[in-house]
Amino acid sequence: MTATPSLRRKTSRGSILADRAATVVLWGTGALVLLILGAIIVHFAIAAWGVVSPSFILSDPSDVALGGILPVLWNSIYILALTMVIAVPVGLLGGIYMSEYASDNAVTGAIRFAEEAISSVPSIVVGLFGLILFVDNFHQGFTALNGALALTFFNLPLMTRLSEQALRAVPQEERSASLALGATKWQTIRHVVVPLAIPGLITGVILTAGRVFGEAAVLLFTSGIGTPPHYNFANFDLFSPASPWSPFRPSTTLSVYIYKLQSEGLGSHVNQIIDGSAAILISMVLIFNLGARFIGRVLTRRLTAA
Amino acid sequence: MSTPTNAAVYAETAPPRLVVAQSAIADEFAARPADVKISTEKVSIMYGEKVAVRDVSLTVQERSILALIGPSGSGKSTFLRCFNRMNDLIPGAHVQGAVNLDGENIMDPDVSVVELRRRVGMVFQRPNPFPMSIYENVAYGPRRRGQNDRRKLDELVETSIKRAALWDEVKDDLKRKSGLALSGGQQQRLCIARVLATDPDVILMDEPASALDPVSTLRIEELMRELRQAYTIVIVTHNMQQAARVSDVTAFFTMADDRAGYLVEVGPTGQIFTRPNERLTEDYISGRFG
Repeated sequence: MTATPSLRRKTSRGSILADRAATVVLWGTGALVLLILGAIIVHFAIAAWGVVSPSFILSDPSDVALGGILPVLWNSIYILALTMVIAVPVGLLGGIYMSEYASDNAVTGAIRFAEEAISSVPSIVVGLFGLILFVDNFHQGFTALNGALALTFFNLPLMTRLSEQALRAVPQEERSASLALGATKWQTIRHVVVPLAIPGLITGVILTAGRVFGEAAVLLFTSGIGTPPHYNFANFDLFSPASPWSPFRPSTTLSVYIYKLQSEGLGSHVNQIIDGSAAILISMVLIFNLGARFIGRVLTRRLTAA
Repeated sequence: MSTPTNAAVYAETAPPRLVVAQSAIADEFAARPADVKISTEKVSIMYGEKVAVRDVSLTVQERSILALIGPSGSGKSTFLRCFNRMNDLIPGAHVQGAVNLDGENIMDPDVSVVELRRRVGMVFQRPNPFPMSIYENVAYGPRRRGQNDRRKLDELVETSIKRAALWDEVKDDLKRKSGLALSGGQQQRLCIARVLATDPDVILMDEPASALDPVSTLRIEELMRELRQAYTIVIVTHNMQQAARVSDVTAFFTMADDRAGYLVEVGPTGQIFTRPNERLTEDYISGRFG
């Protein structure tokens, strides 16, 4: 028999301490995340001060002087666009299938397993696979398209999974409301489910795009590593290696370029170029994030209004 | 369980023209089957192995309000959802028996559920406007049917919202205001307008006022009485006063030991609430049940 515990007993002191500790730890974790991001931004902002200028962004690289990064920056954007053009629609369709059509069975279980497995394969292995498949097997050499395809292998599972989650998060009542009004299943998906899932889909696009921008290992073996030639933006010959529009040319991206300079770069300006490139890379990721969110808001408004 | 005949059901609910001898009413019914909008024959609904509704047969007269009442779990909402085949959406749900709409069995595999749901609209328990403008909410059904003519849509939206008694409150910001920015009661009337825009014959309402305050509830009930002049309405409600106030016919459901819901009795609302035939009904009505 135990007596009724008094309300004044000291046992609660332990829980008060635990409560305080939890608050401090959780707050600290959040602060740490912000601190890391802040530190990275501040470090490269200071390091790149005096390096980044319009001419740094808009001129060709140089092996001797303080060259620019125009071609590699262009290549990053180009490969990003190429990858997203493939990965976003395919990933969205896959997500729609997984969320709206597939029932839970062995096949969907296998698809989910594959999604997770591929997402956690080290990217250097994906790069090697691309090298063997495209470069060795199909004798295609290093091209922007090969890089984009290898990146798609790597990112499609993530895009599919995130699309599925975004679509599943749309409340069932919205689907019921639409179906009860005599809309077909596809009309319901097209006019209600997808528009309502756009914020989540945008998150998927941002995470996928972030990996593309930052990825170096996959691209080393597929789109190539080297100092790009001078690009003539008026050259629309898709088979010319000097045409920036051609998907069939070797194309070193910004992050691969940083890797190249860091590992083998010579010349007195190498460190400045690395800092400047890193600052630009971070800025691009941030700009892309904000831009994607803005586009998402506009899209939501468009799709739900017509 | 005793199932009253159609004549008994309609004797007290039909318009005044039917104030004649019982047998004459029965004769008139036999001669005028068009007055029956919906009839169900031995409808049973299963979720996998579990029987949710067992052997329900009843009829709904055109331009009348049928209220389905009964305790939670008696299968009345499940039964309601077989009128527009929303049970099709529930994995493992299975409906037996026949549900006839204008004499056509809607359970037939050839029936297009898309067409069916345009003729049998539904209003849900929780108001669920789409996160779109008021205008687009109402235009949703017609647009999915391919109606893109601006003038016709404008007209359709206006008449539907007017019929749902919402026009004066929203006419100034039809396209600017989101359906979600309205109050709960307004949202529910918007959902009714959205259904009216698809030009249905039958409107199903699944506890349409249970999430609303008393004033909004009253407005919905008034609206139902008005809509009754043009539409056949079936409503599920937990609120017995509501059933007594708005419906012409009341069906009382309960569940048996096997947990299956079944129909205890159906009859004119006045009779069900004053002198029901079944003891179970009387106990439920007077609050002596469970």
